[in-house]
Amino acid sequence: LPSPCPAAAPLRRPAWLPAACERLYSSRGKEKLEDMSTYPVESIRNFSIIAHVDHGKSTLADRLLEITGAISKTDRNKQVLDKLQVERERGITVKAQSASLFYNHEGINYLLNLIDTPGHVDFSYEVSRSLSACQGVILVVDANEGIQAQTVANFYLAFEAQLSIIPVINKIDLKNADPERVEKQIEKLFDIPTDECIRISAKQGTNVEKVLQKIIEKIPPPQCNTADPLKALVFDSTFDHYRGVIANVALFGGEIAKGHKIVSAHTKKRYEVNEVGILTPNEQPTHKLYAGQVGYLIAGMKEVTEAQIGDTLFLYKQPVEPLPGFKSAKPMVFAGMYPVDQTEYNNLKSALERLTLNDSSVTVHRDSSLALGAGWRLGFLGLLHMEVFNQRLEQEYNMSVILTAPTVPYKAILSSAKLIKEHGKDQITIINPAQFPDKLSVSEYLEPTVLGTIVTPHEYIGKIITLCQDRRAVQKDMLYIDENRVMLKYIFPLNEIVVDFYDALKSLSSGYASFDYEDAGYQSADLIKMDILLNGNPVEELATIIHNDKAYAAGKFLCERLKEAIPRQLFEIAIQAAIGKKIIARETLKAYRKNVVAKCYGGDITRRMKLLKRQAEGKRLMRKIGNVEVPRDAFIRVLKRETDK
Amino acid sequence: YPQWPYCRKRCSYCNFNTYVVPAVDEAAVRACLVREAQTLLRLSRVHSVTSVFFGGGTPSLASPHTIGAVLEAVAGTAHLPAGAEVTLEANPSSTSTSRLAGFRAAGVNRLSIGVQSLDDAELRLLGREHTAEDARKAVEGARGLFPGRTSFDLLFGLPGQSRDAWAQRLEAALGFCDDHISLYQLTLERGTALAAQVRGGALPAASQDLLADMYQTARTVLVAAGFRHYEVSNFARKGAISLHNLSYWRADQYIGVGPGAHGRFVPRGEGGHSREARVQTLEPVAWMREVQSRGHGTRSRAVLSPLEQLEELLTLGLRTDEGITHERWGRFSPQLSLQDVFGAPGEARALQQQGWLVLDSGGLRCSWAGLAVLDSLLPDLLWQLQR
Repeated sequence: LPSPCPAAAPLRRPAWLPAACERLYSSRGKEKLEDMSTYPVESIRNFSIIAHVDHGKSTLADRLLEITGAISKTDRNKQVLDKLQVERERGITVKAQSASLFYNHEGINYLLNLIDTPGHVDFSYEVSRSLSACQGVILVVDANEGIQAQTVANFYLAFEAQLSIIPVINKIDLKNADPERVEKQIEKLFDIPTDECIRISAKQGTNVEKVLQKIIEKIPPPQCNTADPLKALVFDSTFDHYRGVIANVALFGGEIAKGHKIVSAHTKKRYEVNEVGILTPNEQPTHKLYAGQVGYLIAGMKEVTEAQIGDTLFLYKQPVEPLPGFKSAKPMVFAGMYPVDQTEYNNLKSALERLTLNDSSVTVHRDSSLALGAGWRLGFLGLLHMEVFNQRLEQEYNMSVILTAPTVPYKAILSSAKLIKEHGKDQITIINPAQFPDKLSVSEYLEPTVLGTIVTPHEYIGKIITLCQDRRAVQKDMLYIDENRVMLKYIFPLNEIVVDFYDALKSLSSGYASFDYEDAGYQSADLIKMDILLNGNPVEELATIIHNDKAYAAGKFLCERLKEAIPRQLFEIAIQAAIGKKIIARETLKAYRKNVVAKCYGGDITRRMKLLKRQAEGKRLMRKIGNVEVPRDAFIRVLKRETDK
Repeated sequence: YPQWPYCRKRCSYCNFNTYVVPAVDEAAVRACLVREAQTLLRLSRVHSVTSVFFGGGTPSLASPHTIGAVLEAVAGTAHLPAGAEVTLEANPSSTSTSRLAGFRAAGVNRLSIGVQSLDDAELRLLGREHTAEDARKAVEGARGLFPGRTSFDLLFGLPGQSRDAWAQRLEAALGFCDDHISLYQLTLERGTALAAQVRGGALPAASQDLLADMYQTARTVLVAAGFRHYEVSNFARKGAISLHNLSYWRADQYIGVGPGAHGRFVPRGEGGHSREARVQTLEPVAWMREVQSRGHGTRSRAVLSPLEQLEELLTLGLRTDEGITHERWGRFSPQLSLQDVFGAPGEARALQQQGWLVLDSGGLRCSWAGLAVLDSLLPDLLWQLQR
């Protein structure tokens, strides 16, 4: 996205948020509407905070909100911008959030739009989307841990977007803090002079004011004009049960106010604006919004699909050239999702629609399977993204679902004329193992790869190199960033890192090594489809496309894990891995030969009945493969490889 | 069911509601057992008591006088027919012939002895006070006083016990047993010393297959010796089945008296019409205080819905070789017959076709193979019953 003027993503206030959360914020501006015309373009700064996970990005955001009076100063301000339950539980930021801050510097009132960005590698798409709305970034690095893989990745995102970069060394209050070493790393890797780094403790508030001053001095104001016709970018939207769609907009030109008639460039539909406002960080109505500013609008949009992210809004009868919008995120991991009970299909459908509106990086295709009924094939940015999405479905929409084994988007170059005709092209992308074309009709299979960056203390290099080789990775680069730390670059087949690479890396380096990756195109691969059978019946959730060399080991592993995950039953269960008709691994789960409680007299029946009734109730939630009953969570447990194995 | 809650020593595998105290105020406990038995019998308005079972704890530690007093209270409040089965649980370490004679004089006519094992090392592992020789002598002494009405318990699946060792114990047991024997798979109950040792790895756990083999061995050997395998863990010959225990499995009414005792009866004395699940206060001192102040120590009572009663009948009845007869089912479910519920297509029918269950003119029961895996059948059956 070219960014002629700033867009800070305003904060959403989800409907499920308890009112108590809102009391954290001050009531500034509640009594009278803020006059936004007092903030001309020259006094606006749009910036983002980028950092490796846990380097203190959210804590710094909390302090900035406090200093500028956006929130009152209390001990409870922790991860204020992380509003989702899943974010607070996991201590991560999933969704880019923002807040407008008011700050007086040398007699001038400034409007600072802060955008908090996600910290996990899966969500780097959100980071780049946020950066496209900024002119500068604060690059936070932990004074103890130093530069990590994501620090590198985020730096290059900002560098390539030609943003001003303010390096900040955080956690200088820690006992083992070594800011000098970190300054040297920053100089060596990023070519930023050591004296430009600001040493702070976000936790204690040390030097945080200096960061605000640097933002005003170093980051340029956005370039756009209020005299131009209205040009507003929809970059996020939420659905409120009472008010309908709330669209978050960035003004690239002109102004907007209540009563204006606007048109969507995408749908050509006309709306009348009911309310505009800013986020501080909760919604605050204003009279108007002006060019360069960021806020929200409510305009009688009833369907979530009406507020398309990336859409451009303009004034009725004053059409403008639409903004290019956002390039949609490229899903790296696909999985099937089905309702546990088909009667829940429609409820799940509407939950998916709402959740994907807030998370447009998830792709959704309708899908159906003989075994699992009607459902969807969803594309995610990574496995954590998939887990978080699933957790949000459960927590925010009370949905429980069946998820199939994740797969990456493989490709096949077809050789069969019949198939080429069927698909209308000779190259297809396979996002569902059920659609894997037979070797006979394919001239070549391709698998996606990524360029992975690993930063690690040097004592773990040996183990890490072995791990990478096990994952079929090819080393591209190895660089000492200081005496003790090494940066490694590898080309990985994506499927090798998707499920558990990050966990394995963390575990063998006692948590010290960090990892990030970026897309690196496709490479030829010897792929096959492996089925898992229970007493001869395929388990659709576990069908996987896999590298030929790894099939035996993976098949054996899956069978062994399944044997542990499935309870014994009244008959013997053959657990097999198969390629086509060929069985490559087998485990046998023996039948129950004795399962009856020894003593049952008058005394203990009540407790016993409770247990039996719970088991009877559990029957409803069992997945039946042929006549084998499998607990629903068994497959997910099987797929989560244990790193110590 | 009068419960005597005291033991001399806690066994390593036991998590029952039992208490080891330096001195028991037996007169006070006796008075409370008598009083509570009277109160609850009146509340139930039963006309005739078919059996009494003194359980524990170790009721053979109580004096014959106490046992006699409770029996007199029962006979004085309701009718206790002359031939009614009166069982006392006893430990080999508290069953001298003179004591046993005292119990017989007090009205006891059946003895159930906690032999548990016939190997001294195993008995030490179980924390028992007696030796194999003590056990054999106790059984022989009891048989002299209660001929044809002496039973004993044996445990199998002890840590480290082999299938051969178990077969030897069985053979030894058959050498001196009477006409009733109970064979229990050792259950590692949470909170017991033995379970902690097994979980901690200090003792080996028996494998599922070994336990199944041991059970099959026991069934085969005892049936060959002329015993009827009339319940999951119980065997009898010459008709010497325990009528008292059978009444639990038939879902008859029973009254629990004493700390932690359970009961199932209709409190007609206060105008009740529904079967209730009742539990008496667990802790003996608290229980006694309650009995002294209001005549009983009932801590909880819950009305059982018709469905819950059927669930219990199904769960308990299928443990017996006779199963659930049509007549008995009809008493709890006058509308829907066994055939209506379990003869229709569904889980039960599949289980019949697979040979685990039998539904015929005799009623619903487990097959020989089905009995060993009953707990895998019940969730399916309960699920079908609920629908």
